[in-house]
Amino acid sequence: MNAEPLVNPVVLFFASIFTSNILLSNFLGMCSFISISKDKTSANGLGLAVTVVMTICAAVSWLVLRYVILPLDIEYLSFIIFIIVIAAVVQMLEMIIDRVSPALYMSLGIFLPLITVNCAILGAILFMQIRSYGFLQAVTFGAGSGLGWWLAIMLLASIRKRTENNPVPAGLKGAGITMVTIGFMAMAFIGFSGMIAVQ
Amino acid sequence: MSPLLIGPLATGAISGLLALVIALTDRVVNNYGEVTVDINGGKKSLKVKGGSPLLGTLAAENIFVPSACGGRGSCGACKVRVLSDVGPHLPTETPYLNPEELARNVRLSCQIKLKADIRIEIPDELFYVKKFAAKVESIRDLTYDIKEVRVLLKSPASIEYVPGQYAQLVVPPYDDIPESVQRAYSMSSRPGEPDHVEFLIRLVPGGIATSWVFKYLKQGMDVDLVGPFGEFRVHDTPAAMICVAGGSGMAPFWSMFRDMKEKNTFPEKDIWYFFGARTTRDMFFLDELRALEKDMPRFHFVPALSEPKTEEGWTGETGLITDVLDRYLKEKIDPSKPKEGYLCGSPGMINACIAVMTKNSIPEGGIYYDKFA
Repeated sequence: MNAEPLVNPVVLFFASIFTSNILLSNFLGMCSFISISKDKTSANGLGLAVTVVMTICAAVSWLVLRYVILPLDIEYLSFIIFIIVIAAVVQMLEMIIDRVSPALYMSLGIFLPLITVNCAILGAILFMQIRSYGFLQAVTFGAGSGLGWWLAIMLLASIRKRTENNPVPAGLKGAGITMVTIGFMAMAFIGFSGMIAVQ
Repeated sequence: MSPLLIGPLATGAISGLLALVIALTDRVVNNYGEVTVDINGGKKSLKVKGGSPLLGTLAAENIFVPSACGGRGSCGACKVRVLSDVGPHLPTETPYLNPEELARNVRLSCQIKLKADIRIEIPDELFYVKKFAAKVESIRDLTYDIKEVRVLLKSPASIEYVPGQYAQLVVPPYDDIPESVQRAYSMSSRPGEPDHVEFLIRLVPGGIATSWVFKYLKQGMDVDLVGPFGEFRVHDTPAAMICVAGGSGMAPFWSMFRDMKEKNTFPEKDIWYFFGARTTRDMFFLDELRALEKDMPRFHFVPALSEPKTEEGWTGETGLITDVLDRYLKEKIDPSKPKEGYLCGSPGMINACIAVMTKNSIPEGGIYYDKFA
């Protein structure tokens, strides 16, 4: 196993929100990003759900990686195992939130199952594996990436709200202009890239 | 151990472990204990196990809220009014509820999970709704696309209903339809024959239930019904009944007229029955209804073809059923007598008939219909 990179978890946390935003620098989690960013309420709910699931999944996956995958030398199966872990965590979270906080369940409700197939989650876990983060780094990276994703979808939802009445060529309406918008956002975020090393 | 085995075993072990954790969480978290369902202000009180959707819980207690999709939230039929606080409406419910229903906290019973004691309101009739095991006694072709399905009730062995009500036919999974669905059909049989139920089923291209009926339902097969449901019935007023139907919309009227003749109910009511079809190919029960007209002086039958072919030798009315109706309301039916409308057919036909009837001074509140989309 490679040694842990010498990144302060706190720095990593902020880096993954701003300078290495998983959505805008890696373009992960695009499907729900585009389809759920039409209104801010839904975007907010999905962002919160992604953040919660990503943090917990990063922690659980780190444990599975460290204590099962690496000792048994089955890294070639890590994709499958991580996906199973994500699905199980989402399932359990759904049940627990339903019981503990019906209000939160209401706002997350339909988004939780959607997250099982959100590639940003799997992406964050795989980065964690490739960059050989330690446990604390993994958790802060997961939380940071989630918050970064949340930030990005809120930004996009606000932009879409403001531009929805703008004249757009017919062929670009909907997903088309949204992709262009995301491109501009990504370019803006590129200005931050490389300021902080994440590995 | 062979490295080939380690991978699958480890993956299996992790999956198994996670499944176990999920099962345990489910046991602990989803255990809501016993909850009380109070129906219609104490009329009925059920002690049930919590944690499941209201619709299924009620069905297990033999209270059948109408549902066409079997609880998947895709038909919007299983509405009940909830008096206790069960949280705001879910995104899965709102598309099926109008503002008035939202304000009265009407919910889809398949979408609300029983977590605590709950008070609900349902129509009293639902207490009498039962699930029947039946056997198909005969299927006959009335036209090229309408079949009459007659079933014998086995358990319970008889049904009590008002002519005009409907029952839901339980369609089992078939071909690429993975789950059982229920579809509502008006009963065309007479309550005077309580051990049998008949339906008139018209083939809707692509329809889940009608395709099953036309493709798979055979004489001697076992089927399940849930019923009776519905408010469509003859109203006890002196007003004349102006009935309009098309296609399988014949069903409730076929039940009503025969029942009225048999029991001589509502003897003061005049009945005008307009039945619209395109060509003689779409006509059925003509002889039976004409015979009924002879036996029952107050019953007037007006069949009409909208696209009659000359070689068919049609002597009855022609034209769109709405035009025929308009003509009769203006010229043939005593305008001084009060009238009420009874409609059964496609939403388009019903809306057009309502327009014609209100134009001919039948009050909108006196027009009753069963809309089958």
